[in-house]
Amino acid sequence: MAIEPVIFYFFATILVAASVAVITVPNSVHAVLFLVLAFFTSAGLWLLLEAEFLAITLVLVYVGAVMVLFLFVVMMLDINFEPTREGFIKNLPIGILVALIMVVEIILVVWPNFGLDTHGAPIPHGADYSNTKELGSVLYTVYLYAFELAAAILLLAIVAAIMLTLRRRPNNKYQDPGQQVLARKADRLRIVKMQSSPKSGNGAES
Amino acid sequence: MLQLVLDIWNWLPELVQILLKIVVIVVPIMLSVAYLTLAERKVIGYIQVRIGPNRVGPRGLLQPIADGLKLALKEIIIPTNANRFLFVIAPLLVLAPALAAWAVIPFDEGVVLADIDAGLLYILAMTSLGVYGVIIAGWASNSKYAFLGALRSSAQVVSYEIAMGFALVGVLMAAGSLNLQDIVLRQQGNIIQWYLWPLLPLFLVYFISGVAETNRAPFDVAEGESEIVAGFHVEYAGMTFALFFLAEYANMILIAALTSIMFMGGWLSPFEGIAVLDGLTEWVPGIVWLLLKMGFFLFLFLWFRATFPRYRYDQIMRLGWKVFIPVTIVWIVVVGLLVLGEVGPWFDKA
Repeated sequence: MAIEPVIFYFFATILVAASVAVITVPNSVHAVLFLVLAFFTSAGLWLLLEAEFLAITLVLVYVGAVMVLFLFVVMMLDINFEPTREGFIKNLPIGILVALIMVVEIILVVWPNFGLDTHGAPIPHGADYSNTKELGSVLYTVYLYAFELAAAILLLAIVAAIMLTLRRRPNNKYQDPGQQVLARKADRLRIVKMQSSPKSGNGAES
Repeated sequence: MLQLVLDIWNWLPELVQILLKIVVIVVPIMLSVAYLTLAERKVIGYIQVRIGPNRVGPRGLLQPIADGLKLALKEIIIPTNANRFLFVIAPLLVLAPALAAWAVIPFDEGVVLADIDAGLLYILAMTSLGVYGVIIAGWASNSKYAFLGALRSSAQVVSYEIAMGFALVGVLMAAGSLNLQDIVLRQQGNIIQWYLWPLLPLFLVYFISGVAETNRAPFDVAEGESEIVAGFHVEYAGMTFALFFLAEYANMILIAALTSIMFMGGWLSPFEGIAVLDGLTEWVPGIVWLLLKMGFFLFLFLWFRATFPRYRYDQIMRLGWKVFIPVTIVWIVVVGLLVLGEVGPWFDKA
């Protein structure tokens, strides 16, 4: 028996279970950790699809950076999550209805193009196939403008986010390391010549 | 005899072969970790004009084994109201990526467990996972000190990862490959050919960020024993603590190996092609050069710890964001120009 289906079902089971857990566990830190697990297992699935560059980038960007910040923020929140669950039963029918409609919509879109007879099984590549190289050669030739545009938009978003949150408060105290480095011993310290003990007989000035 | 061993090796199933290779990599790492702790205590001892541990075994050489035994026999204490599962799994989450990253490290030409094209990216992904163990440990401990340590650590690691990534972008541009073996082979030649010289600022940024990533002194605010006791692992005892310790040292060795591979020519000899010296050192196997280079960087780790006082938190953030990231961005442009102009002796090769 081929090993690929075993690996696929192993990862797929964990992925589905973790995704369900993300929205059902009561503790939000646990939910974030399940989301991390979901990202990680989907990276495993992408590896199985010979998309190793995307898989590693998913781990690097989403698991390694984005989710760390997410976890950071969620851990700082001290929220009691009980009140948010109160209306669960009351809103359940609407939720089920929305979910059903979405499932039907997805099936309507996906079903006609689904299955091996419409696409055929992809041919597995040999060991010398480099997904990284293939991706790069397409990304920097055919999709160059789209790629550059996406980069520019992201840069714009960063600048905008910084400008929105940047404000100088007049009484804000901060240190200037340049000034700190320039400080010399003479600026801070004054050596005073004095006798080590008061003379006897004069009477101590207490 | 050798033929027999080869026959047995080829007869083994592939999975067993890979497992044996992993054992061959992991066991020496674990031994190096054990003796790195002894080396650290000895080196810092001599720097501070002390002798260091010298009681257990000849010249104190059995000290790490005694330490390991002690930690293994101690009780694992789980604090009240701690999250049991996450508390126990956190040390494993720190150690596992530190070991997994070794899969793509080439020890000599062709001597590598997984020769993948996206090796550099894989290393970045794996080293960025280690911070989860630290955050989870701090959160699951149900202790304010541990939580403070975890928050400091995550802020620091996320900040320095950016500078580290940019430094590696420079290496990738210079070598034109993400494969670690190719990166070493592009530095073929003597010591002048190494990427150390054209990428000098990136090299410094990378190594200093590596020290920060491993939470080592002077960037050890996550532990901060004088302010927050022991930071994120304050509640850990026995084997669970030992795993954090193992991970920290395994990460140090990893950073040393990566710096040697990407900036110092990996397993290549520094004297290649130099008339007399090359002849004298030709017999030295490549892995010895790699180990010597790694040893040098590991010594730097210990030296830093004995020399520098701990950075203040705001200074750490300033160094990461306002100094290192601009330096790397400027130097990436410089590297681009160097590669474009085919400046020798590094970039004029075909």
